[in-house]
Amino acid sequence: MNTPATDVDSTLDATARARDLVGVSRLTNSALTGWLHGLPGVDQVGCEARAAGLGTRSIKTTSKAWAIDLAISMIDLTTLEGADTRGRVRGLAAKALLPDPSDLSTPRPAAVCVYGDMVTTAKEVLGDSGVKVAAVATAFPSGRASMAVKLADTQDAVRAGADEIDMVIDRGAFLSGDYLTVFHQIAEVKKACVRADGSAARLKVIMETGELVTYDNVRRASWLSMLAGGDFIKTSTGKIQPAATLPVTLIMLEAVRDWRDLTGTMVGVKPAGGIKTSKDAIKFLVTVHEIAGEDWLDNHWFRFGASSLLNDLLLQRQRMTTGAYSGANYIADDSPSTAY
Amino acid sequence: MPTFEYAPAPESRAVVDLQSSYGLFINGEFVDGGGTSFKSISPATEEVLAEVSEATDADIDKAVAAARSAYTRVWSRMSGADRGKYLYRIARILQERAREFAVLETLDNGKPIKESRDVDVPIAAAHFFYHAGWADKLEYASLGTNPRPHGVVGQIIPWNFPLLMLAWKIAPALATGNTVVLKPAETTPLTALLFAEVCQQAELPPGVVNIVTGSGPTGQAIVDHPGIDKIAFTGSTGVGKMIARSIAGTRKKATLELGGKAANIVFDDAPIDQAVEGIVNGIFFNQGHVCCAGSRLLVQESIADEFDRRLKRRLGTLRVGDPLDKNTDVGAINSRAQLDRIVALTDVGEGEGAVRWDSGCALPTKGFWFRPTIFTGVSQTHRIAQEEIFGPVLSVLTFRTPQEAVAKANNTPYGLSAGIWTEKGSRILWMADQLKAGVVWANTFNQFDPTSPFGGYKESGYGREGGRHGLEAYVKTGA
Repeated sequence: MNTPATDVDSTLDATARARDLVGVSRLTNSALTGWLHGLPGVDQVGCEARAAGLGTRSIKTTSKAWAIDLAISMIDLTTLEGADTRGRVRGLAAKALLPDPSDLSTPRPAAVCVYGDMVTTAKEVLGDSGVKVAAVATAFPSGRASMAVKLADTQDAVRAGADEIDMVIDRGAFLSGDYLTVFHQIAEVKKACVRADGSAARLKVIMETGELVTYDNVRRASWLSMLAGGDFIKTSTGKIQPAATLPVTLIMLEAVRDWRDLTGTMVGVKPAGGIKTSKDAIKFLVTVHEIAGEDWLDNHWFRFGASSLLNDLLLQRQRMTTGAYSGANYIADDSPSTAY
Repeated sequence: MPTFEYAPAPESRAVVDLQSSYGLFINGEFVDGGGTSFKSISPATEEVLAEVSEATDADIDKAVAAARSAYTRVWSRMSGADRGKYLYRIARILQERAREFAVLETLDNGKPIKESRDVDVPIAAAHFFYHAGWADKLEYASLGTNPRPHGVVGQIIPWNFPLLMLAWKIAPALATGNTVVLKPAETTPLTALLFAEVCQQAELPPGVVNIVTGSGPTGQAIVDHPGIDKIAFTGSTGVGKMIARSIAGTRKKATLELGGKAANIVFDDAPIDQAVEGIVNGIFFNQGHVCCAGSRLLVQESIADEFDRRLKRRLGTLRVGDPLDKNTDVGAINSRAQLDRIVALTDVGEGEGAVRWDSGCALPTKGFWFRPTIFTGVSQTHRIAQEEIFGPVLSVLTFRTPQEAVAKANNTPYGLSAGIWTEKGSRILWMADQLKAGVVWANTFNQFDPTSPFGGYKESGYGREGGRHGLEAYVKTGA
C-alpha cells in the first residue's frame, strides 16, 4: 500500500523552498505572515455544516467492512501516560501484531505510538513486522522547552529506532504571530529526524488545534507545517480538549489537497484524540475520500491517533463476520485503555 | 489503489402504505372526484404510484362550501388558544410520522431522501409549531388593530417542495382563523393526501382543511370561485400573472410567490471552500427545482479560473441517482415536461455560445435525469442568464467591482433571493442594501426558517410567507 515516491525529500532545504513558494529573497516573519494571512478564510458555520453533511453518509455492508479494515490499518495505537511501563508497552505492541487472535485475517495497525524512552521496548516486540514505532518528541505535549532539548529529545528517539517522530509546534509562538520561529523549529526537527545512514524518520507535526481555536488558525498552521517540511500534519496531543474534530480534520484535508495542487507533494493527515467509535472513524474516512480524495485512503497518508478505537473496530469487525455482537470480553486486550 | 465504493443504502419503502387510488379530501372525508383520474408516478423510475381524482368545478363548489361552513360555524368562533392546540397536534403528528412523509415525498417528487428527511419534513413540522404559537397572540403581533381572518383561502402549491409548501400555506392560514381549500401540484399530490390523513388523526374539525387534486383547470376553478376570499399561490411567474389577471377587479386578496433567477455573488476575499459549497447547495439542492435557487454565479474576475476549477472538482463528488439511497445528493427531475424544458434551455445556452460542462456521471436508465451542469462564459444577454431554468444548471458570469456585481445581480425581472460571499462585513451590509431581492443570504444560501419572512421583489411576486410578516397576508385589520 505504500507509495513513498512522493514523500517529502529528507534532504529538503525547507527555507530555500519556502523562499521560492512565498516568492521572497529572504524568509522573514512578515513575509510568512503575508503569505499565511493571504490564504482564503474559513467560514465557521459553513465548514461545520459541510462536516456534518459528510457525517450523514450511510456506509453499510461491503463498504463498511472495507472501511473498518482500512481504519484498523491506519491506527497509531497509542499510549502516552506517565504511568506507562515496559510491560504495558510490550502488551500494546503485541496487540498491534495480533489485534484479534480469533481472526488472523484482521489487519495490523500502522504503528505503535509511545514516549521516546519506550521506543526500544516497542521495537523489541515489533521488530521488522512492518508495524512502525512512532515516538512523541520535542517536550511533548506542551513543547515548552529550549530548542536544544527538543532536538536532543528527537535525536534520542530516532537513534533508539523510531520510524516516525510526532513533534509539537510552539503554540505560544504561533499565537503571538511569530510564524518564523515555528517554521524554523519544524525545519530543525526535520533535520534531526535524519539517521546516520541518510534515511529519515517521518515527521508528524502536532498543531494542537484545540489551543489554536479558530479554523483560520488551523488552516494557517497546516500550511506553515507543510512549508517547513512536515510529512504529516496532526491535530492534537490528546491531552487538550477539543482534540480531533471532524471540521478541523476537514480543514487539514483541504490544506493537503491544495498543497499538492501547488507543489506536487503529498502530506499526510493524522487526527488524534477523541475518536473512539467505528462510526466516528468511518465519518473521517468519508471526509478523506470526498475532500482530499482516494490517494489519501492509505495508511501512508492518513492515520488515526487512538487507543480505544481499535477495540471498537474489532468489535464491529467481529459482528460483520459472525452476524452477532460479542462483547468487550471477546476482544483480547493486554493493555486496556485507562486514558483517552 | 483502493476505491471507497458506497454500497447501496436505500431507505425502506415499507413505512409507506400507498393506496392504489385516492379521492378528494372534502369536509373531513375522502370522496370520489367527478373528473377523470390521473396517475402520479415516481420520476426516478416512472413507476405508477397511485391514481388520483381530478376535481371538477362541482367538486370545488363542495370544497368551498365545506370550508365556508367550517369557517362560519367552527373555526372563526374558536379561540386562538384552541386553534393553536390543533396546530401543535398536527406538528407533533408530522414529527411522529416523519419517516413516512420523507419516503413518500422522495417517491413522488424524486428528491433525495436526505433532503426530504433533513429539510422538507422537519421544516414543515417547524412551520406548524411556529404558527401554533402565534394563534393566540395575533393581537400582539403589530399587524394592526383588530386582526381577523379573511375567511376561505384558496391555496395552490408547486411540485418542488410539496409538503413544505403545504405547511407554509396551511399553518399561517389556520393560525389566523381562516379555512382552506388547497390544491397540490398534479405531479406531486401524495404527501398532501397523506396530510389529509393527519388532519383526520388530529381530529381537526371537518372542512377546515380541504384538499383537491387536479391540474391547471382545477387551480383556475379555485381562483375564479366566488366563495374564495383570498388566494395564496406559489409557482411560476406565468401562472402568477394569470392569477393576478383573474382576480383583478374582484375583492379577492392574493399573495404570489413566483420565480427567480438569483445571483450568488462571490468576491475575491470569500471563504472559498465554503463559497464553493454554497454555490453547489444554491443550485444543485433539490435538483435546482428551487424558486430561490442561486442559478447565476457572479464571481469576481480575479478568482474566476480558480473558482471554476474548485467548483468542477466538487461537482465530481456529487452522487446522482436513486433518490431513496441515503447517500444520494442529487435526485430525479420531477417530470418529463420539466426535463424537456431543461434540455431545451441548455441547448439554447450552447447555441448562444456559452461553454457547457458536466461531470459525466452515470445516470439511471429509467426515469427523468439531468446531470449537474455548469455554463461558463455566460453573458447577461444570454437566455440562460435571464430565464428561470428550474433545474440543476448554473450559469457563471464574472464582475470586476462591487458596483458591477450589484448592477448585474439586479439586471433581471426577478428579485426573490441573492447570496453574497465575502469576509468583509461592511460590504455585506452595503450589498444587502443595494440588492433588489426579498431574501439576501451572506456566506450561506438556501436557509429556511419559519420565523424568517420569505418572498420576492418585482416579477418574483408579492407578499411574504413566514415570520410575523407572513401573518399579515392572512388577516384584515381596522374597524
